[in-house]
Amino acid sequence: MRHGKYPFLVAFLAPPVALYGVYVVSPYLQAFYISLTRWSGFSGNVEFIGLANYRRLLEDDQFHTALVNNLILLACLPVITIIMGLFFASMLNIGGRRGRAGIRGVAGSAVYRVIYFFPQVLSVAIIGVLWLYLLAPGRGLVDRSLDGFWLGWLTPNEGWLGNPGTAFWWVLAAMVWMNVGFYIVLFSAGMQSIPRDVYEAALLDGASRFTTFWRITVPLLWDSVQVAWIYLAIIALDAFALVQIMLGNAGGPSRSGDVIGLNLYRTAFEAFNFGYASAMGVTLFFLTLIIAVLAMRATRRDRVEFS
Amino acid sequence: MSLPSDTSDLSRRGLLQRAAIAGLVVSPAGGLLAGCATAGGENEEAERGKKSAKNPLGVKEDAPLEVVIFNGGFTDKYATDIHEPLYEKAFPKAKIKHSKTEEIAKALQSRFVSGSPPDVVNNSGANQMDPGKLVSEGQLLDLTELFDAPSVDDPKVKVRDTLIPGTIESGAFDGKPYQLNYAFTVFGIWYSQSLFDKHSWEYPQTWDDMVALCKEIKKAGIAPWTYQGKHPRYMNWPLLSMATKQAGPDILVKLDNLEPGAWEQEAILEAATRLYELKKQGFILKGTEGMDHVQAQTAWTEGKAAFVPCGSWLENEQKDTTPEGFEMTVAPEPLLSNDSALPYEGIRATAGEPFLVPTKAKNAAGGLEYLRRMLSKEGASGFSEMVSSLTAVQGAADGLELSPGLSSAAGVLKAAGENVFNWMYPTWYKTMENPAIDAATGDLLANRIKPAEWVKRCEKAAKDIRDDDSVTKFKR
Repeated sequence: MRHGKYPFLVAFLAPPVALYGVYVVSPYLQAFYISLTRWSGFSGNVEFIGLANYRRLLEDDQFHTALVNNLILLACLPVITIIMGLFFASMLNIGGRRGRAGIRGVAGSAVYRVIYFFPQVLSVAIIGVLWLYLLAPGRGLVDRSLDGFWLGWLTPNEGWLGNPGTAFWWVLAAMVWMNVGFYIVLFSAGMQSIPRDVYEAALLDGASRFTTFWRITVPLLWDSVQVAWIYLAIIALDAFALVQIMLGNAGGPSRSGDVIGLNLYRTAFEAFNFGYASAMGVTLFFLTLIIAVLAMRATRRDRVEFS
Repeated sequence: MSLPSDTSDLSRRGLLQRAAIAGLVVSPAGGLLAGCATAGGENEEAERGKKSAKNPLGVKEDAPLEVVIFNGGFTDKYATDIHEPLYEKAFPKAKIKHSKTEEIAKALQSRFVSGSPPDVVNNSGANQMDPGKLVSEGQLLDLTELFDAPSVDDPKVKVRDTLIPGTIESGAFDGKPYQLNYAFTVFGIWYSQSLFDKHSWEYPQTWDDMVALCKEIKKAGIAPWTYQGKHPRYMNWPLLSMATKQAGPDILVKLDNLEPGAWEQEAILEAATRLYELKKQGFILKGTEGMDHVQAQTAWTEGKAAFVPCGSWLENEQKDTTPEGFEMTVAPEPLLSNDSALPYEGIRATAGEPFLVPTKAKNAAGGLEYLRRMLSKEGASGFSEMVSSLTAVQGAADGLELSPGLSSAAGVLKAAGENVFNWMYPTWYKTMENPAIDAATGDLLANRIKPAEWVKRCEKAAKDIRDDDSVTKFKR
């Protein structure tokens, strides 16, 4: 079987590598080159201008607004989503204490599990439009509920999405809402594989729910948390679709809710400045790369093995 | 006996290394195969047929014609049911390939780059291709030949003379017409005549009267104004219209030519101040800033607000939410003072809904001919009837039974006579209007900035375009 091994392997590897090369690697490499040019995207007219696009990025106030917003998402989205995910998952799996023996979720956990997963089945566009309706000034669920509880004065006069102080935070809220369900499922799966006797031992020792959660659940789930962190960080660096739908193409009131992806889209497909847009794309690429590496490093811990 | 050899044995690590190398070798070749994104297309001379009285543009009779229509408020039914049959009747051997899209740039941009665009493009909607860029890249055909050709209905009259004045100029770049703006749009302030009759309110002709009326409207429990909150540029229209009526259309030429200080002209500042005060006086419907255009316009048709600024597509856009007997009416903007340069009837109106013929179209003559057929009486009145919009063809809507909004728009246009004006900078420099000035106007109307600051931001938006040498400049 030794000879013939190469042809066999090549026959299997070559097509995917070729496809990957043509459709992934080559556009990436071209983007690097395009970012050094001035190109409208309409013709073969390409002018090489070196690093001018990157110099312009340094002075572009709107790009800075977008960058800061992405960094805010990066700081908030993973933390909030993971904390909520862990909390709900532990309530669904080990939170119940009614029976003396046995470890189980709170009553009705099977129903909650389905409800939490709902947003995950919807596409981002639908979620954006849904929140648009929830937040519709005067007639949306949010305003109506606040009015119902005599809290209508909380709504800013311009409406939630028309006020630069509130608009972007609602995008964050929508992002948490749409993502948390998936991590509940991910963490639940992790919790299922934690041996029951560990919890039982803790119970016998009189550990409180919080202690069990903090001393047992979290350490034993650390691998899942690490994965969640990286996924959520990447999602936080994007956010294009939700911002576009909820706040509009210009980035919302006073353009305060802009994100890099939206800025890039406008530059490429509205201003038709593909060179400058590619420079933004390349910047975003490195940013994502750096953050993924940092997240891996920062969350590295010794793995606990049971068995 | 074979000796263990570590050169031919394929370890996992070695395999990965080789795969990586293979990837590097394959990808540049893959790039060549796929064609670089920046590679230009070939330039082929379009085929033409023989010119004759019936075929003044020399269309090759059996050449296929490809038409791409923007599927927006007008949908594409007017093309498939009216315009395309007209062309097919004239050239029975020609086959028409029709397609529609909501996103023109996404559908067609790559075809422009590769040099095989369709023959007629309805370049409209939010995802339209920047016409200024297309012109400066030499991608669009000069339409002079079309406008100088004899019209379909009367061969003695040129197409150019059948159009409402200002139509050709509205699609001109540096004096050359590159796009045909087909639908004619009247911009003004809209209200419900029946609501006004019920309260015996009268539409005000000066701003002082407007303020007085707004106070009354507010007393009646209705918000006087709303606007398309998330797209505040809709309010640029009354703003610039009021300024123009105060100081004359020359102020618009300065804006369009990006002259330094153009936005600092007194009339513009005054108009901005008046609109800024709407919020201060509590005349704007609560939550307006957070609404999109449909939400705001729907609040207006529900009677929650009395005035909304818009173009004459409003009636069509809101037809599902407009109650029976609403009597949608458009009126010119009130005058800022009594010594204004233009009379109250002065109005912003322009041809919109751009159609273009690409330079590299396979059947460019057919494309021009298609536009000529659209501009025939039959083509234009059919369009007006189907989508309730006026066209750029003079008198095409005469004798048609028009809806209330459209007939009020036609009336306003007639009353304005010569005093019709328009500005070009949003067409020439899309990004200057949106997002730059759009966002500034949003801040102005929400009272987040003062009018003087708004002027400064508009000046800066103009300066950014002026100083950006990647943008081709136009003059008028």
